[in-house]
Amino acid sequence: MTIDALGAILLIPSLSAALLAVLPGYMLAAKLNIVAALATFLTSLSLFVIEPTSGQYLLLDDLNKVFIVLTTFIGFTTSVFSASYIHHEIEIGRLTPAFLRFYHAMYQMLMFAMNLALVANNIGLMWVAVEVATLTTVLMVGIYRTHEALEAAWKYFILGSVGIALALFGTILVYMAARPAVGEGLDGMVWTVLVKHAAQFDPALLNVAFVFLLLGYGTKVGLAPLHAWLPDAHAEGPTPISAVLSGLLLNVALYALLRFKMMLAVNSEAIAPGPLMVTMGLISVIFAALMLYRRRDIKRMFAYSSIEHMGIIVFAFGMGGPLANFAALLHMAMHSLTKSAIFFAVGHIAQVKGTQKIAEIGGLTTTNPVLGWGLMLGVIAIVGLPPFGIFMSEFLVVSSTFARAPWLTVILVLGIIIALGGLFLRVGAVMFGEPKGKTAPAEASYVPMFTHLGLVLMAGIYLPPVLVTGFQNVAKLLG
Amino acid sequence: MSSLQFDIAHLLAGSLVLASFMMLYQDRLYALLNVYALHAGVLALSVGWQAYVQQAPHLYITALIALVFKAIIIPVALHRIIKRLGIHREIENVIGIGLTMMAGIGLVALSMVVMLRVTPGADALAREDLAFALSVVLLGLLIMVTRRNAVSQVVGFMSLENGLVLAATGAKGMPLVVEISVAFSVLIAFIVIGIFLFRIRERFDSVDVQALDRFRGERR
Repeated sequence: MTIDALGAILLIPSLSAALLAVLPGYMLAAKLNIVAALATFLTSLSLFVIEPTSGQYLLLDDLNKVFIVLTTFIGFTTSVFSASYIHHEIEIGRLTPAFLRFYHAMYQMLMFAMNLALVANNIGLMWVAVEVATLTTVLMVGIYRTHEALEAAWKYFILGSVGIALALFGTILVYMAARPAVGEGLDGMVWTVLVKHAAQFDPALLNVAFVFLLLGYGTKVGLAPLHAWLPDAHAEGPTPISAVLSGLLLNVALYALLRFKMMLAVNSEAIAPGPLMVTMGLISVIFAALMLYRRRDIKRMFAYSSIEHMGIIVFAFGMGGPLANFAALLHMAMHSLTKSAIFFAVGHIAQVKGTQKIAEIGGLTTTNPVLGWGLMLGVIAIVGLPPFGIFMSEFLVVSSTFARAPWLTVILVLGIIIALGGLFLRVGAVMFGEPKGKTAPAEASYVPMFTHLGLVLMAGIYLPPVLVTGFQNVAKLLG
Repeated sequence: MSSLQFDIAHLLAGSLVLASFMMLYQDRLYALLNVYALHAGVLALSVGWQAYVQQAPHLYITALIALVFKAIIIPVALHRIIKRLGIHREIENVIGIGLTMMAGIGLVALSMVVMLRVTPGADALAREDLAFALSVVLLGLLIMVTRRNAVSQVVGFMSLENGLVLAATGAKGMPLVVEISVAFSVLIAFIVIGIFLFRIRERFDSVDVQALDRFRGERR
């Protein structure tokens, strides 16, 4: 049996996870982690050159290609950041080498699970992959063994499990709906087969199924009011995990939801999933934007910002149509890059200052100018100011939906502006004014952060035509 | 399918809902665990019967997992944990038992109305199974929200998961059922180990989740 690129992006992380689990010496492990992540990324790039054929279990189309490349790229840059991050954690004794061995194995395990969820052509397999991804992140969120970390892990665990359980019920209902048209057995869960026959499915059953799937995977996307686990998990875990959670895992859950949305779109009698997604998206945007004002913990604040941006993305996908889908995809890519860059900066800042409390951090631009300005650039990008890519994607979301639903768009813009105010208010205090806290120079790796910001800046100024056509194809696919 | 086969399947699935109701009013942890063991035992019987009726031998594996893992190993392990932690006496309900039972009846009625209405096309057994399964899922959620104790929340989650297995086996010919039930067993094992490893008792001097609330929100 030959292994094509699709198999390889699953095989590399799973083998590395096994290897990292037994490998002593965290310095070597961190390097191996980077090498494995880089190899996975390069393999995913090869998907553009040689397209492996989709089978009953694995699938490759324009949609998941975008997600896979984004996931493996950020997985790689985060592993570079992680290497310098954990070096500091070992020095101050917050983590022991034994925990790090576990951490690295789990990191690759998470990469494997996310890639599996993205390439799975079987809705049952996709569900299992999302479950594995949830479990590995739960374990990593609790790795510091503090009160707060344990509580965050427990909360994430219980809420994530309930979400996963509801998603499985929805998956079973989809199978039930498909059985009369597709027949019993494996075909009833193969996504490509399901989409082909979705027009003949029982619409009532499909509707109920989608509600469960939206609630289930929506919990994992972090949509309000199902978001309760998200801020804790982001704030209490190691920062590389916060970056991966925000930048990637939320996208993976969203991807699962999009697959089912595409299925419902084929069936003309089923409810349109759009309005449900638009409503939940808008609630998330407004809610998260208001919550930004009362934050005291810097990582928690950016976690709320992630809820806001996932809300914008879900809103845009819910509106649908080629332009809004294009904008949503672009926004998703830009948000993943920017948010993980912000977490790279925040991770080092929290290490330098020895705290995550906003009140105890001040004057960063004078004490640690590179980190400070790096974070500042990230925040300018994330609130949607030009010339960064998020400005362009938010502009596209707003302009593409304004003609169709002016009032909804007004609410959305209001949310974005409230969030802008909240973030600047809090970050301004951290950036400028009297230096507070420790002022030691940072031993940081700036490359991943500035690579991400550079990409976001480039996308804001000039989007390569290849990328535009690629995204347009995907947007058309999403309908 | 003969009417006797249908009746037995119906009886077993209905018993599962009944066992869920029994969990709702238990006010001691040991008793709750015993009812959970019963719940898992009924699930094993129900899945076993489905395996026989559908002539799907792989479902016997799922039944066996339910019997050995969920009805025996997990309750015994939780018994020991409870003993070690010395918390066997109390279960604190957030709302009164009467109100909880009323809510439970409402949820079962809701799932009947929703499920029977949307599945007129499916065969009778699958319809009823799905309606019962949704009831068990919703009752599991109810147990989770009405209990403050971490162990009983986990028991609520496990009963919810039993409902999912019932739904998966009721959907005739569904692939990956065994794999999914194994995946869920791993999840549950994680939770049980989690209670122990996280040592909620040691950390918080209580498994009462309210104690966790002290750490909720922002660190000050």
